[in-house]
Amino acid sequence: MSLRARPLSQSPPRVLLPFALAGVALFLLPLIGLIARTPWTRLPSLLTAPVAVEALRLSLVTSVTAAAIAGAIGVPLAWILARADFPGRALVRGLATLPMVLPPVVGGAALLYAFGRRGLVGEPIYEATGLILPFSIWGVVLANVFIATPFLVVTVEGALRNLDPRFEAAAAVLGAGRWRVFRRVTLPMIGPSLGAGLLLAWARALGEFGATITFAGNLQGRTQTMPLAVYVALQQDRETAIALSLVLVAVSLAVLVALRDRLWRS
Amino acid sequence: MIRKATLLSIMPLLLTVASTACAGPEARDRSELLIFAAASLTDAFDAIQTAFAAEHPEFDVRISYSSTGSLREQITEGAPADVFASADLHNMDLLVAAGAALAPERFAGNEMQIAVPAGNPAAVTGLADLARPELLVGLVVEAAPAGVLARQILAAADVEPALDTEEPTVRALLGKIEAGELDVGILFRTDVDSTDLVDGVDIPQGLNLQTVYPIAVLTSSVNPAGARLFIDFVLSPAGQAILAELGFHSP
Repeated sequence: MSLRARPLSQSPPRVLLPFALAGVALFLLPLIGLIARTPWTRLPSLLTAPVAVEALRLSLVTSVTAAAIAGAIGVPLAWILARADFPGRALVRGLATLPMVLPPVVGGAALLYAFGRRGLVGEPIYEATGLILPFSIWGVVLANVFIATPFLVVTVEGALRNLDPRFEAAAAVLGAGRWRVFRRVTLPMIGPSLGAGLLLAWARALGEFGATITFAGNLQGRTQTMPLAVYVALQQDRETAIALSLVLVAVSLAVLVALRDRLWRS
Repeated sequence: MIRKATLLSIMPLLLTVASTACAGPEARDRSELLIFAAASLTDAFDAIQTAFAAEHPEFDVRISYSSTGSLREQITEGAPADVFASADLHNMDLLVAAGAALAPERFAGNEMQIAVPAGNPAAVTGLADLARPELLVGLVVEAAPAGVLARQILAAADVEPALDTEEPTVRALLGKIEAGELDVGILFRTDVDSTDLVDGVDIPQGLNLQTVYPIAVLTSSVNPAGARLFIDFVLSPAGQAILAELGFHSP
């Protein structure tokens, strides 16, 4: 990383400046609005209330689990999309990125019709094992994986396409099997992009709302993640909603600022 | 090469922004009327909207349905609506006290009913079934009038519900019972009547509770005359006939 020269700091073309500032204002003003409404003195008691603590715990557990699963299924999928040539690849790529543009509520409803107790796959699973995904923590994780995985796939596929194939070819010539090449050469080389992909997937899972409430429902301590708690609290207890929102903003911003430069530079 | 990778990695962010930014602000036309209505009024106000449009083509009526609690919150935050139709008196009173709504009038009544998927697969017979842990049980959030009434009824019947979800609106709960994903919930009778996919189980007379729907012009209305016409239509025999047809009581 340190071998690469840093780009010179430049003055931007003047015409770009107002647009860039408008962008900054767009992202900054809602934050200021939130902060201006924050009941600072009541913050500690609001954030230690059971509804906040349980939502925070559930959000962390489900978003981290979802990011890990997104990595486990997203990296192989990205590899196949980047490297394998097969009929219908464009269709598979479209499918794998569909949740990025689909309204999450539609995704949640589709998940319900597929994995619900009366769903296409959910019904046989329920009859064979008694397992019900909706209204459980696994329902939250599934909704998060569905929405977040495409972010990882797109990021990692891009990295794989830009990888210099000579390193993998050299390893193969030296006798490494395909799995060994993947594990010892490909994975380390796409490391930063994989990190960025995991981070994006995690951040998207942390903020997931529509698919979760539609598929997994909303119950404090079981399926009520931070965004759901904010939504419910907004209807009756605005101070709790603002306090929870502030935590979401702070956690997300801290992680994005800390890791963005490190991960996305290469 | 590096540029392309960077672009690819920020693309998801751009797409998220694009997909989240669906409800943008619109320039308000003088003849546009924005109605905020409780979710339980969905079918009734859709029908009233059609009938009103036939009589008053000069207005472009838009209706935003949500739980009474979240609509009240949006109005408090300055949402530019003309009319608010609430599923209880309490939320309307809060707006009147805050100076956001003027002189509410009662236009309909409703009562609660136990809702089960068509055919009642879990053999629900009464309120006590909501405590069965093996059933998937849903209520509406407490911020919604239907959620408040359901909890009051259960408390009076001394039933502790084995809750699996608290849905944000009556329509969200209705959808999950329709799909057979929940075994039982408590909704307004008119919600249960609105679909063949859901059956109702009556709550004993002594325990059941009623709600009253008030409607009012909002002080933020840019078109109070049009708002008044819409409310008059809801209160007129034509409007009342639509509500009665869908099972609402007179207030």
